[in-house]
Amino acid sequence: MVSTSSTTGRGFEYAPAPESRAIVDIKPSYGLFIDGDFVDGHGSSFKTISPATEEVLAEVAEADDADVDAAVKAARKAQKAWARMPGSERAKYLYRIARIIQERSREIAVLESIDNGKPIKESRDVDVPIAAAHFFYYAGWADKLEYSGFGSTPLGVAGQVIPWNFPLLMLAWKIAPALACGNTVVLKPAETTPLTALLFAEICQQADLPPGVVNLITGAGGTGSALVSHPGIDKVAFTGSTDVGRIIAKAVAGTDKRVTLELGGKAANIVFDDAALDQAVEGIVNGIFFNQGHVCCAGSRLLVQENIFEDLLERLKRRMSTLRMGDPLDKNTDVGAINSGEQLMRIRELSEIGDAEGAERWEVACDLPTKGFWFPPTLFTGVSQAHRIAREEIFGPVLSVLTFRTPSEAVAKANNSPFGLSAGIWTEKGSRILQMASELRAGVVWANTFNKFDPTSPFGGYKESGYGREGGRHGLEAYLR
Amino acid sequence: MTDRIDVRKTAKLYIGGAFPRSESGHSYEVTDAKGRFVANAALASRKDARDAVVAARGAFHGWSGRTAYNRGQILYRVAEMLEDRRPTFVAALTQAEGLTAARAAKVVDATVDRLVWYAGWADKITQVVGNANPVAGPFFNLSSPEPTGVVAVLAPQESSLLGLVSVIAPAIVTGNTVVVVTSHERPLPAVALSEVLATSDLPGGVVNILTGSAATIAPWLASHLDVNALDLTGIAGDHDLATELERSAADNLKRVRRAPAAEPDWSEDPGITPMTAFLETKTVWHPMGV
Repeated sequence: MVSTSSTTGRGFEYAPAPESRAIVDIKPSYGLFIDGDFVDGHGSSFKTISPATEEVLAEVAEADDADVDAAVKAARKAQKAWARMPGSERAKYLYRIARIIQERSREIAVLESIDNGKPIKESRDVDVPIAAAHFFYYAGWADKLEYSGFGSTPLGVAGQVIPWNFPLLMLAWKIAPALACGNTVVLKPAETTPLTALLFAEICQQADLPPGVVNLITGAGGTGSALVSHPGIDKVAFTGSTDVGRIIAKAVAGTDKRVTLELGGKAANIVFDDAALDQAVEGIVNGIFFNQGHVCCAGSRLLVQENIFEDLLERLKRRMSTLRMGDPLDKNTDVGAINSGEQLMRIRELSEIGDAEGAERWEVACDLPTKGFWFPPTLFTGVSQAHRIAREEIFGPVLSVLTFRTPSEAVAKANNSPFGLSAGIWTEKGSRILQMASELRAGVVWANTFNKFDPTSPFGGYKESGYGREGGRHGLEAYLR
Repeated sequence: MTDRIDVRKTAKLYIGGAFPRSESGHSYEVTDAKGRFVANAALASRKDARDAVVAARGAFHGWSGRTAYNRGQILYRVAEMLEDRRPTFVAALTQAEGLTAARAAKVVDATVDRLVWYAGWADKITQVVGNANPVAGPFFNLSSPEPTGVVAVLAPQESSLLGLVSVIAPAIVTGNTVVVVTSHERPLPAVALSEVLATSDLPGGVVNILTGSAATIAPWLASHLDVNALDLTGIAGDHDLATELERSAADNLKRVRRAPAAEPDWSEDPGITPMTAFLETKTVWHPMGV
């Protein structure tokens, strides 16, 4: 582990290479974006902080029931005209938004890294370009819906609630297909990461998007709950924890609201003895330490074929030791800050349970910054299937390592989970890849790769990882009737 | 000389390919459309429902692992066997639904035709709802439908044969296995169907049929953690029960096909949503390179 703030790390020394934050202009306070304008909320406000420094970034309005109602009404009022507009014209607004995201890409990336804590190389090279690509992709569908296989009639108003791990990207996954299909939206960004959504409001203004088509309301769980249970919405789209997903599924029971849920995961990343081991190690590291492990599809359960366990573990530890943790704005940073104090507590708590249940913890010694929320990339060996760190989503940079002997044992262990979002397979044998891919009960299977995302590629889970798909032609189904 | 006394058939459940009575020992009186006693049907219990889920889970891996061609062949065989027993079903429908013999014959024909229609879907649905995805990078990327798993199906209360087949066939043709709760008042066509299924090379456990009351059995199925999906079509119009079941189903995030306001017109083209309601999409990535 090389901390970028440390001079004692192993391997190469790197001079600091911070991305300038002068490009962003964070206002002291933000209101809600309703009906095309920023308005003061009726509720209280809350602070959003930089998780890397605990510096207060801005005060943000907390939407109350009346604000939610106003946003839903604005969306409803705008929906008819938006749906009636020729698809080719709706498309142009989405293309404009995609272009503006590209034009302002560095500003958005820096803001995302400041508010979320993720490394600038990820916000710059993954979050922002894929967000723009989502708007490009769905823009092109707006005038081609009759070829989608799902009809071309929008649902109406969508209430959307997104998590803090990929703030702008999740916003794009939600808003782009909804708008392309002729729906209008009320979206609530996560409490800890509202800033890029508020910047997106400005982008909507720059694009001259008709007022009310996109409404952004900030707040915490209460605001989200008021939104999904509002009788004026036709659709709920949620990405977040399985526990909240259950609550939402209960809240919409007996209504006509359509629902899609992208929930938790505990993906098995399966490495066979014939895998290209160095590539597999890169895939394992990307699978669990990308975005500090704050990824619902993270490869958090490593299943290693028993005869290569020692060899692979040694390579993995060596590779982990070269990860650079520290300032999210440093261009050489691989692992940034944990998004919140609350999340850090959960990661610590589950890791301590791992210790207590008898698994063996390994982490590379490193100097953690004194301010902010940090957790070093960590792995546990001696993990059994019954251990909580093998069953529960930690949502942090913590890898549980298990072993297997035969392909069927690997399948059985991989599928032994209430989740089913993603899985990884590492082997050089093609027929084994296809057999494993067909037997793993997961919505996304990465073979000899991991954590790849694309707007054309449907994403979503089996079992308690939720239902519905986002991305690709399949993603349109969630917004058409 | 006296008339011969006919030999009556005991109406039983169909679980795991066998025909047990209810574990509870309970039964209920089934009458014909005019209210005359016809038979004592098994009254399925919570334990029967749980046994049926175990049977359905046990059959899932094998059935979903069959080739689509083979599943299509078997559904077609079900159609053949049903056609072969046409007089049995005409009589059962006349009795249960009070139809004229001519009308009942038309319903049986429609049921056979529906099975043939779904049999043909077995090896086509993947092509219609799957996708090759042109991702922006050197990757092979393919999305394919896969069956959801064990589906608890509440069969229609009125249409005891065509409606029944119209909820079973779309679920199993794609590889799901089902636990079906029949029409409460009209269970006997389902019992006759179970005898068709048992002689159609359909593996035991793929379809499990419980006669009895949806209101009694469905809550156990809706809250069962080894059931993946719930089809509420059979409780059309019962908003309170549907809401309660949907809430229970949320505990393990079952896929729910909601109850319609009124029982559908089963003679209409069903479209593909009865199949896609119980399909997952799996997307597989692999790098390209030399």
